[in-house]
Amino acid sequence: MNQVDPEHEAELNRRRKSRNIAMGLVLAGFVVLFYAITIVRIGAQ
Amino acid sequence: MVGLFKEQIMTSATLQQQLPADWRDFLALTKPGVMRLVIFTGLCGLLAAPGSINPVLGFTAVLCIAMGAGGSAVLNMWWEADIDAKMKRTANRPLPTGRIARRDARDFGIALSVAAVLIMGVAVNWLAAGILAIATVYYAVIYTMWLKPRTPQNIVIGGGAGAFPPMIGWVAVTNDITAMPILLFAIIFMWTPPHFWALALFVKSDYAKAGIPMLPVVAGEKVTRQQILLYSVILLPLTIAPWAIGGTSWLYGISAAVLSTVFLGFAVKVAFRERGDDDTMKPEKQLFAYSIVYLFVLFGVLVADRVLAAQGMIG
Repeated sequence: MNQVDPEHEAELNRRRKSRNIAMGLVLAGFVVLFYAITIVRIGAQ
Repeated sequence: MVGLFKEQIMTSATLQQQLPADWRDFLALTKPGVMRLVIFTGLCGLLAAPGSINPVLGFTAVLCIAMGAGGSAVLNMWWEADIDAKMKRTANRPLPTGRIARRDARDFGIALSVAAVLIMGVAVNWLAAGILAIATVYYAVIYTMWLKPRTPQNIVIGGGAGAFPPMIGWVAVTNDITAMPILLFAIIFMWTPPHFWALALFVKSDYAKAGIPMLPVVAGEKVTRQQILLYSVILLPLTIAPWAIGGTSWLYGISAAVLSTVFLGFAVKVAFRERGDDDTMKPEKQLFAYSIVYLFVLFGVLVADRVLAAQGMIG
């Protein structure tokens, strides 16, 4: 079994974490946007 | 023992490949610099259109235009990764350097493009969504995959893709295609060739190295300079046309006439010269720089004109 370089593992975790945060923020943004669109669309009817 | 050691210690290149891509690399794939102009012209189309749109839906429309442009750009970079690797200007992009896997880029581009069209359709209107879908297919498939590597008129054809955003912004408000959004499309369509050919004249060697049939490479500088002048001549009456058909007031009409005459002046300087020894290509660089300012100011004045007219401050 290959040894995993600690520096590599730290960088891997850092990138995973930053990608997860970015993805979370994008999804949260879409949730807010779809909620606002729904309210506007319902209000227009 | 040495073999085992080699297996255990990963090289930096292997590490680079095995690490997941950074979110900034995905953002870079969407060409944020190009997106700025797309967002601006799309927003101008939206603001200049007659009638009104709810701010939330207006924001959504512009977001979808940006997502569509971003998705197209990602698909463009996915398809052209090999070409990008050969050009100094593009060799450091995420795909040629291996920071992102090609399959990931393709999936990201498709997801972004499809989501943009669906959200536009559901939230705003399906006519705007349809034009956005056409713009995406036009840029990512017809231009990037088919015509760009085959014809020196690639810039003229590619300009069509960049011309869609103000039309989409306009249709997002009106849900109708009239002469004005078609004119806005035509203005950017005619503006693109002199803008990019000015750039191609001073980065000519890079395109030649990548095998892209850019006009200066295939037809020579003289023809390119003539074509720059031709499109700039057509651009002048075209930018005044919105005023001529009664779509704007004198404010836009006079501004467009002045801005386009200056544009033509720069184009004339480029058209009637030849490259000398140790040429700094100053007129070409000036035309390229002015063309960017020109488009921002022209569309900015269009919006100002329509906003002032809506408030009854001008006729």
